[in-house]
Amino acid sequence: MVIYGVSFLGACYILGQLLGEFLAKWIGVKANVGGVGFAMLFLILAHDYFNKRNFFSAEAEKGILFWSQMYIPVIVAMSATQNVVVALDSGLLAIFAGVIPVFMCFACIPLLVKLTKSPSID
Amino acid sequence: MEILLNFFEKNGLIVAFVAVGVISYLGFLISKYVLNNKIPGAAVSILLGLIVAYFSGLHTGGSKGIADISIFSGMSLLGGSMFRDFAIVSTAMGASFMLIRQTGLAGAIALVLGTTVSFVGGSVIAMFFGYHDAKSIATIGAGACTFIVGPVTGAALQASSEVIALSIATGVVKSIFVTISTPFIAPYIGLNNAHSAMIYGGMMSTTSGVSAGLAATDTKLVPYGALTATFATGMGCLLCPSVFYLILEKIL
Repeated sequence: MVIYGVSFLGACYILGQLLGEFLAKWIGVKANVGGVGFAMLFLILAHDYFNKRNFFSAEAEKGILFWSQMYIPVIVAMSATQNVVVALDSGLLAIFAGVIPVFMCFACIPLLVKLTKSPSID
Repeated sequence: MEILLNFFEKNGLIVAFVAVGVISYLGFLISKYVLNNKIPGAAVSILLGLIVAYFSGLHTGGSKGIADISIFSGMSLLGGSMFRDFAIVSTAMGASFMLIRQTGLAGAIALVLGTTVSFVGGSVIAMFFGYHDAKSIATIGAGACTFIVGPVTGAALQASSEVIALSIATGVVKSIFVTISTPFIAPYIGLNNAHSAMIYGGMMSTTSGVSAGLAATDTKLVPYGALTATFATGMGCLLCPSVFYLILEKIL
């Protein structure tokens, strides 16, 4: 049943986000630390585990795939609810401080890719 | 008229499904017929969303884009962090654990480097604009990480509310700029595989910018970039008000 997949996804989400909350509390940070990342790891590992034991029906998988296809629409809704006015109207400091570091980060990416590429993969 | 208004407000999430469907359809039409598929439909749709948010904001004076128009209030639920994070997690289904493990270390390095570079860049620009006290500079530098790290740092350091507002604006500018620029810069920085996507997610820090930027570039890369980016806000909230602030205070 489709709901099994949705429920499975929801369980991974809740476990991961909770872990992120507790980790944040533990290291004394006022934000969720990697909750979504943990949830994704749970999903990958648990799905793999159950799939190998034929626990997962194609129908249940549809419940997860539906949400991954809703990803872009959700992002469109997110961009339509951003505070774009404040971003454009808050003056040059916010624009420079928001844009220039991004270019600096972009510039670091090829360098870091080169440095961390292990030869065994190629 | 009142019946209609009440009806739309009561069924906000469903109205949001319809509205996003219309925006996406327009985006794909523009992509296909106006831009000859040079820019993917998803990217055009996201850009349309931002334009809609801008004009809605001008019209209502609010901070939540189209969601401040009462009949579209459901957009803040569909586009809010709960649905966003839920959808991001679901994209992990197609991701390979092998690739993630191979790139794990690179992603972690990118996280630290991305937070550092953003903080330093933002701080230097704050100094150029005449800020001289470590609290204000650190808060704006933190805003250059993400729009959550900025106010968290500002609150921890007891920066002025004006500076905190500025740090939020900086983070929002960053998120929007990452969204728009990623598909154009992707070919030049080799952003076309899981390895570089995980580094990109860590370097860019902003989850909303990374998730939207990768959606506009190549959806296959989303889980890898999002995985590292979701650790970045925590990393920023950890480093900026503590280590980075103390170093900054020593320098000044």
